[in-house]
Amino acid sequence: MHMQVSEHMSADNAMAIHHDGRPLAIEARGLVKSFDGTRAVDGVDLSVPEGAIYGVLGPNGAGKTTTLRMLLGIIDPDEGVRRVFGHDRPHDIGRLIGYLPEERGLYPAMKSIEAIAFMGALRGLPLAEGRKRGAELLEKHSLTHAADRTIRQLSKGMAQTVQLLGTLVHRPRLVVLDEPFSGLDAINQGKLEGMIRQLAEDGVTVIFSTHVIHHAERLCEGVAIIAGGKVPYAGSVEKARDRIPAQVRLETRAREGAWTAALPQDARREGDFFYFSLPETGVEPLLKQLIEGDAGILSLSIERAGLHDAFVAIAGEAAAKQLEADAVGGQS
Amino acid sequence: MSAHDQAAIDANPRLSMLEAAWVIARRDFIAVLFSRAFLFFLLGPLFPVLIGGLAGAVGSSVSKEAAVVEVGLAMSAEDNAAMMQARERLAPLTRGSVPVLNPVPEAAEDPAFDAAQYLEARRGNFAAIVTGSLDAPLVVGTARQVNRWQGTVELIAAEASAPQSYPQSASIAVAGSAASERSNRIRTAQASQMVMFLLTILLAGMVLSNLAEEKGNKIIEILAAAIPMDAVFMGKLFAMLAVSFVGIAVWGTLGWAFWAIAEDAIVTVTQTNFRDLPGPAVGWPLFLALGVVYFSMAYLLLGSLFLTIGAMASSVREVQTMSMPVTMMQIMVFFLAAATLTDAGSNLELVAVAFPLSSPFAMLARAALDATMWTHLAAIAWQALWVVLLVKGGSLLFRKRVMKSGGAGTEKKKRRRGRARAEAEPAE
Repeated sequence: MHMQVSEHMSADNAMAIHHDGRPLAIEARGLVKSFDGTRAVDGVDLSVPEGAIYGVLGPNGAGKTTTLRMLLGIIDPDEGVRRVFGHDRPHDIGRLIGYLPEERGLYPAMKSIEAIAFMGALRGLPLAEGRKRGAELLEKHSLTHAADRTIRQLSKGMAQTVQLLGTLVHRPRLVVLDEPFSGLDAINQGKLEGMIRQLAEDGVTVIFSTHVIHHAERLCEGVAIIAGGKVPYAGSVEKARDRIPAQVRLETRAREGAWTAALPQDARREGDFFYFSLPETGVEPLLKQLIEGDAGILSLSIERAGLHDAFVAIAGEAAAKQLEADAVGGQS
Repeated sequence: MSAHDQAAIDANPRLSMLEAAWVIARRDFIAVLFSRAFLFFLLGPLFPVLIGGLAGAVGSSVSKEAAVVEVGLAMSAEDNAAMMQARERLAPLTRGSVPVLNPVPEAAEDPAFDAAQYLEARRGNFAAIVTGSLDAPLVVGTARQVNRWQGTVELIAAEASAPQSYPQSASIAVAGSAASERSNRIRTAQASQMVMFLLTILLAGMVLSNLAEEKGNKIIEILAAAIPMDAVFMGKLFAMLAVSFVGIAVWGTLGWAFWAIAEDAIVTVTQTNFRDLPGPAVGWPLFLALGVVYFSMAYLLLGSLFLTIGAMASSVREVQTMSMPVTMMQIMVFFLAAATLTDAGSNLELVAVAFPLSSPFAMLARAALDATMWTHLAAIAWQALWVVLLVKGGSLLFRKRVMKSGGAGTEKKKRRRGRARAEAEPAE
């Protein structure tokens, strides 16, 4: 499924905002936040349409959490504007938002069912209704047995699930998840991905931060790449990948010949294969010249760039290496 | 119900400040009420009473010991006997303010007894020694003891020389006088200030540890994301205030029951009939009502200050360090309010009334001593304004200074830095 996502470039680039007619759930322009003289976030622009799954991708310390906190109204930006469902003050529509912070937190002495109901109450859901919905959610996630256990009696994974259910119990229209996959094993990561997809299918906007490219690539239709407090790219995942030309891998019977002059300038030979960027004119004219030059084509494949390649191209090699290191650290 | 609730949420996406504060207050109230902390809060007032009682008993025993003063007699055997008989006659008339007189045994055995040498040799246990005769008694002792007992010794010697007959006076007791009423009211004011101070410090400490605990549980970010921090602070403050009212109700009921059962015993033991004590200037019902209001204000003021500290601190140790100066300051403002108690209208008392943290204490004292009412209304409004300002300031500081970065990220950065350092160091 391909969805057109509202897209713009950062303020450094020519700003062009265009979306598919869906109203924006989140709109941020030029957000700046400094702590003790250091710019944690430096001119972030974001546009997230309603119903989208949107990823904020960047290494630790890039400014992801600070950006999300500004979007939620936990802290105010020093400069710039943010609008959530058209409101400048996110607390004004607090009942429509669900938030799972990076640092998970629940009252240890509270029962699971009460914790879920309390989190709903914070968002305006009556306690009795919160308990009822909490019981349903726990049952749906095979955690009915944990309803009357206190948080301190739960395993870490169960407590995280309970907190996530508390984030969703009031049926928010916007769900903000800060590093939701960190600390989860592979099975629970898969379950969480399923939940996020289900939310989007139900029309809920989901924005999450991550330093794991695969999650963003698998789930998101839109992504903001953030590094050093700046957002060098914000837009659809597809377009991010399109910024890198597809790579062609060519295997020929002949090693030399006049036909090699037809190969693009960036072509390089590695063993039996030539690698080069897909020409702007497409592969057909090249194929014709190779056939006419009697190159003897054994195989030819076109590989589209992944989000990782796009990230390297957009954020730079150093940021990409840090991202990989964070991902390894996060799993350990 | 469910669809209706959802529709209500969608139609009104904002939780009002009051609703938000109520959610926090309800949770905190229930959590604290069923916690061990509340048990300690209930038992809390017992400790000062217990310690006060013990200290009183020990102090009284020590002071009794210290109060028994013995003056030695080194006169002739007849004079010694006459002095002791005179002392027995005078003791009831002077309510026991005459010293115990006992012959110095060494003096009877040694005709050349030297009282000064005897005392300087640190022998015996006499405060002073009387030598000479009834007509010309000589008091030997340190300058201080001589100064203290010389007149009394002269009185006893005069009585021993020529016993007097003393007229018996009749008496009429009145219920009270201006001087005694004011004195009792000052005592009422002092006692109420002290009770209020102890309760306030106890409660503010509880609200502080409550917030520090929430920062430890990492739940504070969830609260801050859902509702304004002002509402979080307000909810926490009022929850603890409600807890304190439960505590006061429990103590009040126990106190009333104890009084009902043992009124006679209490009057006998304390030698005070509390029913006869004059009421505070504004009368007991109004004084109690004002006491509740001023206690609430004192707690809200100190609590909001402590909450601000708790919100800014990142660990329990930091909370303790940062709250120490505030506690010291609160003790100082309490002393200020207590010291100006008898100086109504003085500049210092006006400072105590105007300074927000001492204002409730100073005004409660005024309620005990002065019946003017408008000053209380003005003071309550002034104190309430400061509560709002402190809560607003605290939440602003929290938003500006506390939520700086993702904690897990910081941890990871630390880990990474640690790894980088380890890699940079050459292997041995």
